[in-house]
Parts: sequence; C-alpha cells; structure tokens
Amino acid sequence: MMARKTLDLWVGVLVVIGFGALLFLAMKVANLSAFTGGASYQIKAKFDNIGGLKVRAPVKSAGVVVGRVSEIHFDNQTFEAVVTMSIGSSYQFPKDTSAKILTSGLLGEQFIGLAAGGDSVNAKDGDTLKITQSAVVLENLISQFLYSKAAEGNDKK
Amino acid sequence: MRKGVADFLRQLGARVTGMIWRLGFASRFFLLMLKHSGMSFRRFHLTVREIYFAGVLSLIIILVSGLFVGMVLGLQGYDTLVRYGSSEALGVLVALSLVRELGPVVAGLLFASRAGSAITAEIGLMKATEQLDAMEMMAVDPIARVIAPRFWAGVISMPLLAALFSAMGVFGGYLVGVRMIGVDEGSFWSQMQAAVDFEEDVLNGIIKSLVFGVAITWIAVFEGYDAPPTAEGVSRATTRTVVSSSLAVLALDFILTALMFRGN
Repeated sequence: MMARKTLDLWVGVLVVIGFGALLFLAMKVANLSAFTGGASYQIKAKFDNIGGLKVRAPVKSAGVVVGRVSEIHFDNQTFEAVVTMSIGSSYQFPKDTSAKILTSGLLGEQFIGLAAGGDSVNAKDGDTLKITQSAVVLENLISQFLYSKAAEGNDKK
Repeated sequence: MRKGVADFLRQLGARVTGMIWRLGFASRFFLLMLKHSGMSFRRFHLTVREIYFAGVLSLIIILVSGLFVGMVLGLQGYDTLVRYGSSEALGVLVALSLVRELGPVVAGLLFASRAGSAITAEIGLMKATEQLDAMEMMAVDPIARVIAPRFWAGVISMPLLAALFSAMGVFGGYLVGVRMIGVDEGSFWSQMQAAVDFEEDVLNGIIKSLVFGVAITWIAVFEGYDAPPTAEGVSRATTRTVVSSSLAVLALDFILTALMFRGN
C-alpha cells in the first residue's frame, strides 16, 4: 500500500551517514576498540606516593602499552597507595618485575612503567609487585636542590 | 509622575504574568504532544517525511560548516600549540572541542535557524490559513497529525546531525593540520585516541545534542502553534523561535557541561 519514495531514500542516507559518523567518532576518535574487554589479569603494587596518577592511566613496559590502571585505593594499615593494574593476558612478566610511576614529557600525563626482572616464575593474577618507585614530586626535588646548593655555599666559606 | 510609575509597574507585572502563563501553556502543550505521539510511530512515514525536511535538508549546511569549523580549529590550534612545542596535541584539541562542545552547540544553533524557523513558519501558516481548524472539523487531531511528527523528527535528526558535524570537523582539522601544515599523522590520531573517552566525551556530546533537539523543536512547534494567525504574527513567531531556541541551547549547554564535566 505504501509506495517507496525518493524521500525515504534520502532519510535513509541521513540515518546511514549519521550512524557512520557516530561509528567514526567511537572507533577512530575515541578508540573504543582498544583495551575494552579482552582477557586480562590483575597485578597490585604499593607506592609511597602516586603523584597525579589516575584510574585508566596506561601501564607501559619498554614503551608499549600493556594494560591500564584499574583501581587506586589507600591502605589504612601501611599508609600506602595500592594501585591495581589490569594487564592484557598476552603479556607475561616475571615475579620480581619493578613498577615506577613516570611522566610522559615534562608536563604530560603520568603512567606506570614496568621493568621486567630476572625471575623464572611469572607473576599471576592477584600478585603484588615488591619493588616500586614513587612518583617524583616536583616540590621535593626543588627543596632538595636548594638544600644541596645551600650546603655547597657553606662548604666554600 | 506617580501615575507613570504605577503604569510602569502595571506593565511589568502584566509582562511577567504573561510570560509565566505562556510557560505553563507550553508545558501543558509538551505533555499533550507526548500523549499524542503514538501516531508518529504507528504511521512512521509521517515522521520520515518530517525527518526529510528537518534533517536531510539541513545536511549541506551542517557538513559544510562542520568542515570549516574544524579547519579553523586546526589553524588556530596549531598556532597556539606550536608555541609550546606540542603541535602533536592538535588532534586532541580539535577532537575534544568538537565532540564535547562545538559539535552539539553549533549544530544546534544551525538546526534552530535552518529547521526550527521553518517548522514555526509552516505550523503558523497552517494555523493562519485555518488548516488546523479544518483538521479538527474532520476529527483529525492536529497535534497528533501535524505537531508530534515534526517534534519527533527534530529529536531524531539532531544527534545524527551533531555527530556528522563533529566527524566533519575532525576531518577538517585533519586536512589542515596533517595535509596542509604537516603535523605528524600518527601522533595526530594516536594522541586523539588516547585522550578522547567514548563514554565521557562522545556519549555526553550525544546526550547534549539530544537535549538540544528536544528543546529546539519544542520551542519551534510551540511558537508555531501559539502564533497569532496573521502574517505579522507568524513572522514574529519565527523570529522568536530562532532567538529563544538559540538562547535555550547556550543556557542548557552551560547546565549540561556543569553536570557532566566537573573537572575530575
């Protein structure tokens, strides 16, 4: 009863390219495809100070993104920050891997850098990394520098 | 002198009461429109026809302006970013400003002036030529037959147009940034993908455009329905549609931005 009209074709075109644009925004601009789902396992690490690290920050090893920070909470017993990372299952690390909080560039975002150790046993789901290095706090760095400068000045006298 | 002050107060009071009256009428009209929306979906070809007039015919202006806005963002953004030696962040700047703000807002403003004004003029003219009354005489509800399909067509078209605007803008930024100026293509896309979040940025932008679509078409159909049935009345109603829906888009944008991106 209802005849197909050219008008319907144009509305169809609008809907198709509209959803195409949405798909483009989701896949190419927001990169929905990477690291959502996919098998992963959890590793924990304790830090004295995490600086500006945020949930969803990348976890990199040798510069390659191997996972993301999935949770950050504060340990009431040890007064340390406990960072949980979910690492893609295709990446395996030795038990004595060390974790550092690094900054990309001078003012860039902070991420966790993993440096593989020499242990023959790999870390399993739920393991805690023993060797960690906290974020560099700029204020501490400056005050250390000033103290050492002041000490130098005293030595010269 | 005292008489002048009293007159002024009386006029002010009349204006304020009139505005609140209109707002109440508009709200009742909105609910009535939602109640009578069944036909727009049961006889979907009515809505499809309106999507053609509101959405498809706005396509050219949306695509062209999206492209130009993206190209301008590319040029201006590069100019500022290169000073800090971080021209690779151009992709992030272009994509975030488009997806979060400019896409929904500019597409909304264009939609209000391109499609909103047309809807008001059409409905106002139907009222002035007594077509709406004639429908009622034939036991056809004009709200279900004329108003609701136009409203739903606007609500459906708006997010699609905003997404197209953003996508075109990103493409424009890519053309200027990568093709013309020579920003590294790999870092342009990869930094963009690292910084833009699907839920946080893209989805919130779509929600914004949906809200704008509701506001714009509601204002447009209401102004048309409420227009005095004269040539002057219709022209005034059309002007009011463009002014108040543009203001509504900008004000709603502030409220939605405050709710969505509280900077954490």
